[in-house]
Amino acid sequence: MTDLHLNLDLRRGDFRLQLNTALAGQGVTAVFGPSGCGKTTLLRCIAGLEQGGEIRLGEELWSSARQSLPAHQRPLALVFQDAGLLRHLNVQGNLDYGVKRARKRGLTPLPAEQARQVLELLDLLPLLQRPVQRLSGGEQQRVALARALLINPRLLLLDEPLSALDSARKQEVLPYLRRLHQVYQGPILYVSHALEEVVQLADQLLVLEKGTLKDQGRLGDVLARLSLGDETGVVLEGTVAAQETDGLARLALTADGTAAGSAELLLSAPQALVGDHLRARVLARDVSISLSRADDSSILNILPVRVESLSQSGASVLLNLRLPDGELLRARLTQRSVTQLGLQTGMSVWAQVKSVALAG
Amino acid sequence: MLLTAADWQAVWLTLKLATLVTMLLLLIGTPLAWWLARTRSVWRGPVSALVALPLVLPPTVLGFYLLLALGPNGPLGQLTQTLGLGLLPFSFSGLVLASLLYSLPFVVQPVQNAIEAMGERPLEVAATLGAGPWDRFFTVVLPQAKPGLLTAAVLGFAHTVGEFGVVLMIGGNIPGETRVISVQIYDHVEALSYAQAHSLSLMMLLFSFVVLLLMYSLNRHSRLNFSMSRP
Repeated sequence: MTDLHLNLDLRRGDFRLQLNTALAGQGVTAVFGPSGCGKTTLLRCIAGLEQGGEIRLGEELWSSARQSLPAHQRPLALVFQDAGLLRHLNVQGNLDYGVKRARKRGLTPLPAEQARQVLELLDLLPLLQRPVQRLSGGEQQRVALARALLINPRLLLLDEPLSALDSARKQEVLPYLRRLHQVYQGPILYVSHALEEVVQLADQLLVLEKGTLKDQGRLGDVLARLSLGDETGVVLEGTVAAQETDGLARLALTADGTAAGSAELLLSAPQALVGDHLRARVLARDVSISLSRADDSSILNILPVRVESLSQSGASVLLNLRLPDGELLRARLTQRSVTQLGLQTGMSVWAQVKSVALAG
Repeated sequence: MLLTAADWQAVWLTLKLATLVTMLLLLIGTPLAWWLARTRSVWRGPVSALVALPLVLPPTVLGFYLLLALGPNGPLGQLTQTLGLGLLPFSFSGLVLASLLYSLPFVVQPVQNAIEAMGERPLEVAATLGAGPWDRFFTVVLPQAKPGLLTAAVLGFAHTVGEFGVVLMIGGNIPGETRVISVQIYDHVEALSYAQAHSLSLMMLLFSFVVLLLMYSLNRHSRLNFSMSRP
């Protein structure tokens, strides 16, 4: 596995990006943070469009303090926020532009059959002869994705590929992004400020704040540590064990994304089939606590947990709760509730999950 | 409305001059426009001003200084003599050189505007797709600046066809060598042959109109823009 090592330090006016880390050589790593935190600058540095610091992919040095491999010689692909299609070429011309130049920088473009598979996956076959001016925003983004995938890059960089789209177009493109792993096995770096996208797509998460690394690790772990105000919560992964007749799916949670555990969640996932791997997002504000299992509640998901920690967070208390198989759940309670229930670290209680959102 | 042999000679000479000048200007003007559109050098201001000078300067002033510089005692004149090229004033080569300077802004500015309008993004896209600097210039800049290049070629050509003051100062009035249409018309008027002057003048008028008409209809979305202001 070839990890991407970064040791960057650059200034742009009064903004400074400073980080020293390594990114996993496979799967989707999301670079998450608010606007202006340096996400895009980070991506541009890796692509060679900006200079500043050391970048190494495995043993290959792309950039150091003394020298830098020009952008066109780095074996990667970048999908820009605005798709960045070349307007003097049609769809096919745009796709060919990268493929024709791939071998020169040591890449082997996808063979014809796999290339066709990419075009099929992204539904581009009917659009090949279309001038790019006559594509919708979503179609443009799909062409940009295909153009990147066809050159079979060693690293795929996606710079907020959905942020220029309205929410309907976003929902149109998201499923394609979720299926990327079917045609591309290399590492993906996905820059986004939208938690919703990150939760659906990422395996690893890297959080930037004001140009510095705030947190990094597995999506579930980092998300659980992250304080996002009202959006604070966790992501649970599982396999669909059964599809009930009332449209609810029974999701068997898999701790650490591997072995199936004993805990189950019921959630609405009408399209899911038994055996599908799903992610569910549970917000801290949707979790309440009871000392005994309430059988007379309307809440479907009631899970046994152990209180791991309590921390003051503004006017409320944030609880970290551990499920029997090790998954984390978070709950936001008022100080009064905590006092009334006498909640303390180590107690075994029941977590009532008011709502579970499907996240890819 | 008949043209004399001398008239036809002037017409061919003018076309030869304008064609040669346009081709040379595209070769010189495009890299210059590229540089002006993208450089952050302190020289950009002075160079822009120099390029634009012929727009505001009376052609006679330009011609006068060229005559001095290219003359036997001028720095350029001495250079051409040492190089064995002889003296350029009152020759076709001198006329070409003068026309290059005179028409330069008409070629540089449309190309520069087109490159500036294109922005940085297509170049970054091409770079991340594996295109080196020259590759980007030929496969992205030139195709995307095509309307600007077309405008530049047409304006450069038409403006060279229409020059008079500079020709008179540096080229004089040598048949087949420097006597272009505008000078021939001047001669006809001087000689009071108004009918002859009329034939050539009308031809010029129609030519200019057709050229501009063609350009505006081919190039509907771009404007002739000579604005000197910069963002």
